[in-house]
Amino acid sequence: MPTLETPVAPGGVSPARAAAPPARGARRRRASRERLVQALFLAPAGLYLVLFFGYPVVKNVLMSLQEYTTRTFFTGEAPWVGLANYATAIGSNLFGPAMLNTALFTVGSIAGQFAIGLALASFFRKRFPLSGFLRSMLLLPWLLPLIVSSATWRSILDQDSGVLNGFLRGVGLISEPIPWLTSPSVALIAVVLVNIWVGIPFNVTILYGGLQEIPEELYEAGAMDGATGWKAFWHITWPNLRPVVSVVLVLGVVYTLKVLDIILGLTNGGPANATQTLAVRSYQESFVNFQFGVGAAFSNILILISLVFAVVYLRLNRRAVDE
Amino acid sequence: MKKNVTRLLALAALAPLALTACGGGGQSTAAEDVKELTVLDYYNNEPDKSHVQKALDRCAGQLGVTLKRETTPGKDLIQKVLQRSSSRTLPDVLMLDNPDVKEIAATGGLSPLGDYGVDTSGFAPGMIDAATLDGKVYGLAPTANTLGLFYNKEMLAAAGVEPPRTWDELKAAAAKLTTGDRYGLAFSAIATYEGAWQFLPFMWTNGGDETDLTGGQVAEALAFTDGLVASGSASKSVVNWSQADVRDQFAAGKAAMMINGPWQIPSLAKTPDVKWEAVQVPVNEAGQTPVAPLGGEVWTVPQTGSKAKQAKAAELVECIASDENQLALAKERFVVPTRTALGAEYAKAVPEMAAFTEQVANARSRTGKLGKDWPKAATVMYTAIQLSLTDQATPEEAFARASAG
Repeated sequence: MPTLETPVAPGGVSPARAAAPPARGARRRRASRERLVQALFLAPAGLYLVLFFGYPVVKNVLMSLQEYTTRTFFTGEAPWVGLANYATAIGSNLFGPAMLNTALFTVGSIAGQFAIGLALASFFRKRFPLSGFLRSMLLLPWLLPLIVSSATWRSILDQDSGVLNGFLRGVGLISEPIPWLTSPSVALIAVVLVNIWVGIPFNVTILYGGLQEIPEELYEAGAMDGATGWKAFWHITWPNLRPVVSVVLVLGVVYTLKVLDIILGLTNGGPANATQTLAVRSYQESFVNFQFGVGAAFSNILILISLVFAVVYLRLNRRAVDE
Repeated sequence: MKKNVTRLLALAALAPLALTACGGGGQSTAAEDVKELTVLDYYNNEPDKSHVQKALDRCAGQLGVTLKRETTPGKDLIQKVLQRSSSRTLPDVLMLDNPDVKEIAATGGLSPLGDYGVDTSGFAPGMIDAATLDGKVYGLAPTANTLGLFYNKEMLAAAGVEPPRTWDELKAAAAKLTTGDRYGLAFSAIATYEGAWQFLPFMWTNGGDETDLTGGQVAEALAFTDGLVASGSASKSVVNWSQADVRDQFAAGKAAMMINGPWQIPSLAKTPDVKWEAVQVPVNEAGQTPVAPLGGEVWTVPQTGSKAKQAKAAELVECIASDENQLALAKERFVVPTRTALGAEYAKAVPEMAAFTEQVANARSRTGKLGKDWPKAATVMYTAIQLSLTDQATPEEAFARASAG
């Protein structure tokens, strides 16, 4: 993969230069100046990280340890409460279901997105008329604002007058309408289905890129040995695609854990809390109940879980570089 | 050459800091002569935006000031207000949805109207309740809205049904009007404050109270709405319908009656073949007074640090809530004047608003009793309604389970 090349630091000390030393003092001056230049090259990135990643994370952690309410915004007073917000968050009756829903939502979405994404990517590997056009049409869900897609899906999934139930009844698959968004036992499945639809473009795009990297000769050589169809996929495609797969899966998990807009747009966490996830809890505590401390606690728990997967991603990435 | 590059980089790194420093801007403590006031509200859609603009312009003319008005979508207003209070850039005049007034007043960000000698008598008591914290009134609302029962005249006439006045009549009417893919009644029981708001007329009229949600009268009201869904007179989709969805069902002829507010009237005008009328929300037993929740926006005067501007802003709030502006706004926007003395005159001028006008006089504010604790109670309410309507709990146990958090 092109992105995995070892980076060459601009202005870095090249070994050839260091091997030919001029006078000692001049060398030191030059070295310190180069270090300064290096630092300056790093400065914009460092500043950016501190301002836009460091500050919000630190602020969020602090907020979760304070009683942070609407009053705080005007008075600036936020009494220190230690871990009380975490106790409230974890002790609430909704914490368990929200954790479970987050897990089910993530696993279900990733499994669906990946399976369909891989199938479509393999399909588009074969060139056929209009394949380029169709592939770009696949990106459509990615281009739509999520709030638009969720509103559209909400009407598609309506129990009485939704198109989906109308279609299923029309072709005789069901006799009673399915309560997609109105039954606590079905709503999570419906939300997962919509999120799969949203995530397919991402999976197709990255996996398709990975497939393009596999040299055609491997297949030709394999075909000589009788590896075609499924065998070719299993023995040639899959092993060669593995680094890309791990990237897609880990990024997918991190993106899916924090999904909020789709759930808010489709069910708002209902019916009867059936689609509450950690992200929804965090949003509702902060911006509906104005309990910013508790909301921050929920979001920190979410960040922690994402962090675990981010570390997994970095390790996988490093191993890929080492290989 | 290299030195120049270094200097350039250093400058580039510093530039954002310098820019933020300039962006802050200082709040000037204006002289006695106030020429301009800033206004923030959430009427960002037409036609409401221009109707409110006209009222504001009338007042600005009378007070001899110019207005700098900013509008923001309703759901963003509170976040904007909180941001502005921490950066000390609150507007001179701020409109708030009435259930938020106590919450914001409790932050210390608003100044009481009594300080400027504003007369707050003669208004619908519910509206003053909503704007009062610790005995001080923090804002005035020119108009109010509430909920009523809309019904499709042709459908009721065809089925030989009279507009229902009691729960029994409503139940019978809804059952009789349900045919094919049409439901007798539509209402919103969504998992947001809208769901809680729509339940209030049933709960309050029946004597239920938000300070004791596990009480029998609350459960009885829930059992009634639950029965409407269980019997099929209302769609199971009500748990996912906002009030706008309810209106769409009614306008499409898929519901013969609906619980909704007068702010839907302009949209209903787009489907002129749906002939409708509205009555007050039915009561449990004949003779009870229907008590519905009070909606509407309150204009307040934030603490901006400039006494002269705050005094002028208070005059503007008083002017917005004057009789003349109340009637003008009420007629244009299909809302009800909050000065109860104007009720009769208004109902005569806009007959389709008669039921709502009557209802506003007895309407109750959501935050009147609970103040800052209202969001928590509303969350319990919509959760309990959803538990019951989706058969996760009986109406009797739903509120206990929902309040367990």
